[in-house]
Amino acid sequence: MNAAVQNFLGRHPGVVRLGVVVLILIAWESAARWFIDPLFIAPPSRVVASLGTVLRTPGVPAALRLTFFELAVAFAIAVVIGLTLGLAVGLSPFARRSTMPIILLLYGMPQITILPLFILYFGIGAPSKIAFGVTHGIFPIIVTIVAGVQNLKPILLTSARSMGASRWQILRWVIFPHMVPSFFAGMRLAMTGVLLGVLLAELYVSTAGIGHFTTMFTDSFDPTKLFGLIAMLAAMAIMLNETVRRVEIRFSRWR
Amino acid sequence: MTRRAERTQRIGSRAVQAGFLLVLLVLWYLATNRWGVNRLLLPNPVAVWHQFVDVLRSGEYLPDLRVTLTELAVAFVLAVTSGALAGYFVSRTRYAIRVFEPLFAGIYSIPIILFLPLYVLFFGLGPASKIVLGTTIGFFPIVLSTIAGFGGVDRALVTAARSMGASDYQLFRYVLMPAALPVILSGLRLGFTVALLSIIGSETIASLAGLGHHIVELAEGMDMARMFAYIAFVAAIAALLNGAVSLLEARGSRWI
Repeated sequence: MNAAVQNFLGRHPGVVRLGVVVLILIAWESAARWFIDPLFIAPPSRVVASLGTVLRTPGVPAALRLTFFELAVAFAIAVVIGLTLGLAVGLSPFARRSTMPIILLLYGMPQITILPLFILYFGIGAPSKIAFGVTHGIFPIIVTIVAGVQNLKPILLTSARSMGASRWQILRWVIFPHMVPSFFAGMRLAMTGVLLGVLLAELYVSTAGIGHFTTMFTDSFDPTKLFGLIAMLAAMAIMLNETVRRVEIRFSRWR
Repeated sequence: MTRRAERTQRIGSRAVQAGFLLVLLVLWYLATNRWGVNRLLLPNPVAVWHQFVDVLRSGEYLPDLRVTLTELAVAFVLAVTSGALAGYFVSRTRYAIRVFEPLFAGIYSIPIILFLPLYVLFFGLGPASKIVLGTTIGFFPIVLSTIAGFGGVDRALVTAARSMGASDYQLFRYVLMPAALPVILSGLRLGFTVALLSIIGSETIASLAGLGHHIVELAEGMDMARMFAYIAFVAAIAALLNGAVSLLEARGSRWI
């Protein structure tokens, strides 16, 4: 019996992992119920029960929808611009050597310092958050695309050219298929960046959107609703990350 | 390609870089001085330069810099201690790696900045909430790289050392550590960078002092030239810190 249990757990570490998560939840629940001031922390059971109330708070569903919209738009713009720039930079060795140091310099800069400028230029609405998400998402795509193009074996290009392929044919049949893995890896990194950028800007602006509600729940010492709202945003982030990751796995199997 | 052609190309790309910066500066100057772009949107580059010199000379950044650096130092020490210890103990057995590694990786994929409002509620607007946020964000790259570093050591090496009679300490010092250190160090560098970013970020969003806080103050006071200068100053500090850490990483890999 004991050996059978051990054997089962040995083959399914996921069960133990689930057990660890349940233990953490139990510890959190008991800490929140008996040990810590309820002004600061809410037990998970009450957070789950309050999800409905959070969703019925006027303005919250609209703010969540708007955040999702900002994430989607920022991601789409970042992918399109990043892909174009990445190809333009990556395909010519001269352009790569000239511009990559500039791109890496910008990528390394702490963009959070210019967040107030984005709010100043684009206002407190969706455009500033989208713009901030785009600038966070664009660099990982450029860098991975350039690296992907760079890894292309020169012999493939030479042989395609010697067989009389046109520029477009080379792009379509040699470069694109080779870029697919790095393109999707870049998309995954870009999603991480876009999430960071949009959520930073959302939290920064405390007069509208998500930031307004987090500030409101914090100021009114309502941890249950705050946990609920953050859990919903985290779920949104996990869902988006997971979607991109699945797509990446699906499309990098092609070779 | 011949060497001369290579050199010409290198000079060419340097010229493109210098030209790009020059054009940017000239456009900025013209936009503010000739084309009448509003000063509240884009301050004059000359004014920004004067403010930058003034920021450096007046030393008014010292209190904010001290706050941010203290937060960063405490957060990084906590993240390294907890991350390296947790990573080491998880990496002791294959089974623990299979249980815990996906757990850490899963939480790592959530944008942890979301927890900032919770931390502000628990720990207040002061440095404590920034330290805890920096620790949380720095913890995950460190623990994951420690697990990857120790977990990736070739088992044949461990068996060989054991069969030659190595003690626990000798095994750790001469086999595990040298094999794992490069991976762990890159995790430490990444942890440092994200902790720095998250601390400046949380100061920007909700705080009482610090470099990020000062930028917001200048933005709210519409003191644009000084704000641009201060942003350049903070970016330079961040670049310096990150450069120093990269240097230490390169040194550390050679040291053992």
